[in-house]
Amino acid sequence: MNNILEVKNVVKQYGDYTALNSVSLQVPKGSIYGLLGPNGAGKTSLIRIINQITLPDSGEVLLEGEKLAPHHVSYIGYMPEERGLYKTMKVGEQALYLAQLKGMPYDDAKKQLKYWFEKFEIEGWWNKKIQELSKGMAQKIQFIVTILHQPKLLILDEPFSGFDPVNANLIKDEIIELNKQGTSIIFSTHRMESVEEMCDYIALIHKSNKLIEGKLEDVKRQYRTHKFQVGIISPNVEGFMYDLTQKFTVGQTNFKSLNDDLKLEIDLGNRTQNELLEVLVKNGQVTHFTENIPSVNDIFIQTVSQK
Amino acid sequence: MGVLSLIIKREFIAKVRNKSFIVMTFLSPLLFVGMSFLIAFLTNMNKGEVKKIAIHDEIGLLKSDFKNTTDTKYVDLSQMPLQLAKDTASKNYEGLLYVPKVGNPKELVNSVQYISDESPSLEFVSGIEKVIDNQLTNNNLKELGFDSTKIEKAKVASELHITKFSGEEGLKFLNEVKVFFGGAFGYLIMMFIIIYGNFVMRSVIEEKTSRIIEVIISSVKPFQLMMGKIIGNAMAGILQFMIWVIIGLVVIIGASMIFGTNPADASTAAQAMNNIPENANVVASLMQKINLYYQEIPVLLTVSFFLIYFIGGYFLYSSLYAAIGAAVDSETDSQQFLLPIIMPLMLGIYVGFFTVINDPHGTVATVFSMIPFTSPIVMLMRIPFGVPVWQLILSLVLLFGTFLGVVWFASKIYRVGILMYGKKPTWKELYKWLKY
Repeated sequence: MNNILEVKNVVKQYGDYTALNSVSLQVPKGSIYGLLGPNGAGKTSLIRIINQITLPDSGEVLLEGEKLAPHHVSYIGYMPEERGLYKTMKVGEQALYLAQLKGMPYDDAKKQLKYWFEKFEIEGWWNKKIQELSKGMAQKIQFIVTILHQPKLLILDEPFSGFDPVNANLIKDEIIELNKQGTSIIFSTHRMESVEEMCDYIALIHKSNKLIEGKLEDVKRQYRTHKFQVGIISPNVEGFMYDLTQKFTVGQTNFKSLNDDLKLEIDLGNRTQNELLEVLVKNGQVTHFTENIPSVNDIFIQTVSQK
Repeated sequence: MGVLSLIIKREFIAKVRNKSFIVMTFLSPLLFVGMSFLIAFLTNMNKGEVKKIAIHDEIGLLKSDFKNTTDTKYVDLSQMPLQLAKDTASKNYEGLLYVPKVGNPKELVNSVQYISDESPSLEFVSGIEKVIDNQLTNNNLKELGFDSTKIEKAKVASELHITKFSGEEGLKFLNEVKVFFGGAFGYLIMMFIIIYGNFVMRSVIEEKTSRIIEVIISSVKPFQLMMGKIIGNAMAGILQFMIWVIIGLVVIIGASMIFGTNPADASTAAQAMNNIPENANVVASLMQKINLYYQEIPVLLTVSFFLIYFIGGYFLYSSLYAAIGAAVDSETDSQQFLLPIIMPLMLGIYVGFFTVINDPHGTVATVFSMIPFTSPIVMLMRIPFGVPVWQLILSLVLLFGTFLGVVWFASKIYRVGILMYGKKPTWKELYKWLKY
């Protein structure tokens, strides 16, 4: 079984409004899976179905090949976008309570909790109430509560919001560490740079439909533009430009460079990279040659505005 | 430990640890006793004031009939001219009773005046009228040739002796005491339902506004959370009631030890009366009286049914409170939905106080003690009068059956409502949620 989670043709309607229109996903085991989409696309509805908070109208969800059942709650750790803890309950008691609700025995929960409190150096918070903590501090507790029961699948909705850069990094490192230990992670966010940095797989949901799904590189390959950024120092610029425009579409561009060179964006069209290189090498000193790889951000905006 | 018991435990501890719960539990009996003393004290203080009434009797027929009492003093101003008497009375006295000069005393029937700026109490007016009536009646009797002293002698004051068919001695005012007793418990149930229902609602709203709800229901079913909340709060309520019962018992036992009588054993009270000081005598005889009533009223039965009806009524209403809490974002938004909940409770109280007193087994009282939304209150008021077992069973079956239906209905709204934020739902939307 290579997929920890499979969503099959899930439909969810609220009255007349369709929140999910036959959405299917496959989350490979051990991956960090970015679930993207504009606000109101249906991500939260999908996440709630995976968490068995709501039931799909039709379709099914398989966790490790088994149909979702009540005992699966202990396999999943969920951090919702709207964070929340009991404000007047003490930190330690609260974490123990929530871990026990996830089916963890009291003693295990206590041991794990001690470990995490030491790791984050927050032992002094045990008897504090949440309302005495700052927002960032409460977020840390929320994160610990989410992962305390050692879930196989971690669902994080905007995990970095509310953290300062230092703590955001701390949490990011923990997520990557957990992933290395084998935890699969579904990661819903609007911060494309963290998707770029962390995700192996992505899926994009827009207006209740899944539009894109796959390995990050595959998706990018699909969206490649065949444009190259080129830097060149040419003794005969006019001749070079003549040669170049014969075969390729050329545009101006800008990138950082230490050389006083020409900066061009060249569309390959239906020619190969080598053909381009030939022209370039013939006409001067090549200082820069990279393919324009579409960013997740580009793909996101392009896909969403197309529809 | 099962998930449900975990939730119950948390809700119970969260409630019981709350400072307001501790204060309420131990302070309200004190407050209750304190208020009773305060009311008694104030009533007495009022009585301590002496009212001074001036009398201007121009024929001298009535003035001697008005005898001074502890709270009213009559001053004879008949010697003064009327105007001077009026002036004096308006300055120094509560009022002036003016008996005008008439040809025939019979005319006094409607010509005596009471002049005062303060409007007199009903009791005062009827007291004065009674004195006038007596005097005029005596006059009439004399005129007709009757000997008023003989008539006085011939008058009797009867006392109705109340017994049961079994020959047992009956007690006067027993019905009033029963109504008071049942009414107190019915009222207590209403208060408990409202107070603890509100606790449930507030707890739901708190989970919603603190947004922990989504974390919790990713671990447990909304229904489990709702039931855990309801049961946990119910246990806190029962604990509170138990503490009150224990405090009450301690006070009664303590009092009976101090005054040397055992409320459960009246015969010793009589013995004890001989060898305890004078003022304790009064208390002892009071205790004996209480004991007589205690034997007549099924106290233990009422208390047990209080618990049963509390659980049933509370479960019924608190699941509605939970649904309302889930539907709204803040307590202020809850008002429009709370009205339909409070109405049947109020209805129960009014029906209880107005119909059970007159006819505890009449149609209205019986019907309302069957309707699940009013039965906890009305039936509890009827229980001291003795209710047929089949009625009790039917009422309980209806109550708990309706409870199941209402819980089902409430949990549907609850399930949808806890994840809805932002706008205040309308009744129509609540109805739509039922079908989600």
